[in-house]
Amino acid sequence: MGLTLTWLSVIILIPLAALFLKTFELSLDQFWGVITSRRTLNALKISFGLSFAAACVNLVMGTIIVWALVRYRFPGRRLFDAIVDIPFALPTAVAGVALTQLFAQKGWLGAPLAELGIKVAFTPIGIFVAMVFIGIPFVVRTVQPVLIDLDVEIEEAAASLGANRWHTVFRVILPSLIPALLTGFALAFARAVGEYGSVIFIAGNLPNVSEIAPLLVVIRLSEFRYADATAIAVVMLVASFLIIFLINRLQRWAQARIPVH
Amino acid sequence: MSMQTGLATSTTQLRTYAPSTDVSVAAPAPRLEIARGRSTAARQNPRTEPGPIRFVIIALAVTFLSVFVVLPLVVVFASAFSKGVGAYFAALAEPEALAAIKLTLLVAAVSVTLNLVFGVVAAWAISKFEFTGKTFLITLIDLPFSVSPVISGLVFVLLFGAQGYFGPWLQAHNIHILFAVPGIALATIFVTFPFVARALIPLMQEQGTQEEEAAISLGASGLQTFFRVTLPNIKWGLLYGVLLCNARAMGEFGAVSVVSGHIRGETNTMPLLVEILYNEYQFVASFAIASLLAMLALITLVVKTVLERRLDETEVPDGD
Repeated sequence: MGLTLTWLSVIILIPLAALFLKTFELSLDQFWGVITSRRTLNALKISFGLSFAAACVNLVMGTIIVWALVRYRFPGRRLFDAIVDIPFALPTAVAGVALTQLFAQKGWLGAPLAELGIKVAFTPIGIFVAMVFIGIPFVVRTVQPVLIDLDVEIEEAAASLGANRWHTVFRVILPSLIPALLTGFALAFARAVGEYGSVIFIAGNLPNVSEIAPLLVVIRLSEFRYADATAIAVVMLVASFLIIFLINRLQRWAQARIPVH
Repeated sequence: MSMQTGLATSTTQLRTYAPSTDVSVAAPAPRLEIARGRSTAARQNPRTEPGPIRFVIIALAVTFLSVFVVLPLVVVFASAFSKGVGAYFAALAEPEALAAIKLTLLVAAVSVTLNLVFGVVAAWAISKFEFTGKTFLITLIDLPFSVSPVISGLVFVLLFGAQGYFGPWLQAHNIHILFAVPGIALATIFVTFPFVARALIPLMQEQGTQEEEAAISLGASGLQTFFRVTLPNIKWGLLYGVLLCNARAMGEFGAVSVVSGHIRGETNTMPLLVEILYNEYQFVASFAIASLLAMLALITLVVKTVLERRLDETEVPDGD
């Protein structure tokens, strides 16, 4: 017990306390000044905005993937099931260079896209692509167990009572998946906001255009502007705490809503 | 009969289709007849979608996963071997590459060992004892999962950096933490903190304390109980946690990047070297290192799948 607490304090509590102590060294005006400077605001806007968009894509594609993996039998299904975990397992720097190479102007996907006039690498679209990549396992792995456990009898009852498949899916099955879907969405969103390694290679990192908030933290640190870096970090941290809080509420809501069989 | 239980657990949406109070009869109301007539195909097999829709959904899922997940992985190996096998191995034999591989192995060994010990103790404390502040403890253990890796690195700069809280003292005593191996190890321990404990807590909670109590009442000492009773029960879960912890420790980029200082040949781990070489347009060398990390990820996934099957098996016989 004592060992647990000591280790926990050394590794987690003290470092986090340092973060907040450092923030309190700033006056409120200074803090506000850092946060509302044009470059910081733009970085936060890019990070949160693109993360939200990527999480939306993950929500839709994640649902489709889960549905295919759980409900249908097709060749290679188990392989694709395992493949979903690759963004979890692949080190972020490797994902970053791989996606950049893939979507660069001469890359396998970048070249055909360039002919269509779409530039992905070194633009905000690149950031979005990287965020979609890292977020997809969150939605799939959160929803998958819920869809597997879903009571088949509900569907049979709906069908036997005359509901067509469309109605059964959208009015019976999807509503029971909503808590898991929202949790997956929030997890993907939170991960994308904090993501660094897989984004910075493909981003282009142009201030105010394609510079994400975590990168700005790193830049301020390398300029020895610790206070600035800390202020941005605290905003990101508070935002992720809010997201975690929301996730916990959603899960409690889900447990209360789905009856135990 | 099955229909009754189904309806008993149905959602409110479903009740709009069964407005009658006597649900066991389920006589089709006139408007349900309309619904029937609309979709004869769906009626034939009420549990699945029509063939074309099924095909589209599978095609979408497979295409998305192939383009966004498989293709990047293929690119890593294709680029690594783009100048031939000779160039690939030459890149890996560079002193810089070897130094990075050695450092990565060292950091992973240190952080996995420490987090292994802590993870077992923490999971033990949380699952076998009742105490106040338990939820808070679990939240703290989970925290590194939800913090941006960059922030994980930043906190150590704030502690040990030149302007940090312990910076001046460390400088006076000539101790190097930041931009040196101890800093890299600390940041790695921070980000891999939750893995072992997280893998063990549900397992140990499920197993309860009965077997341990029996062992102690039969005269076993605390340590004997742990090594003879608890450890065999949790070995697969423990391996699972160590596996994921190790994968993350070797692959961590953001946190390590902030604290490492990028001193060539000294404080560059493999992921950091991937970045440096890539930015220097040494693509073959960069992707050669990246391919090692990608292989680590693939092996991790395979072992993980095997372990998950083992965990499921161990849960079945005593899962009452």
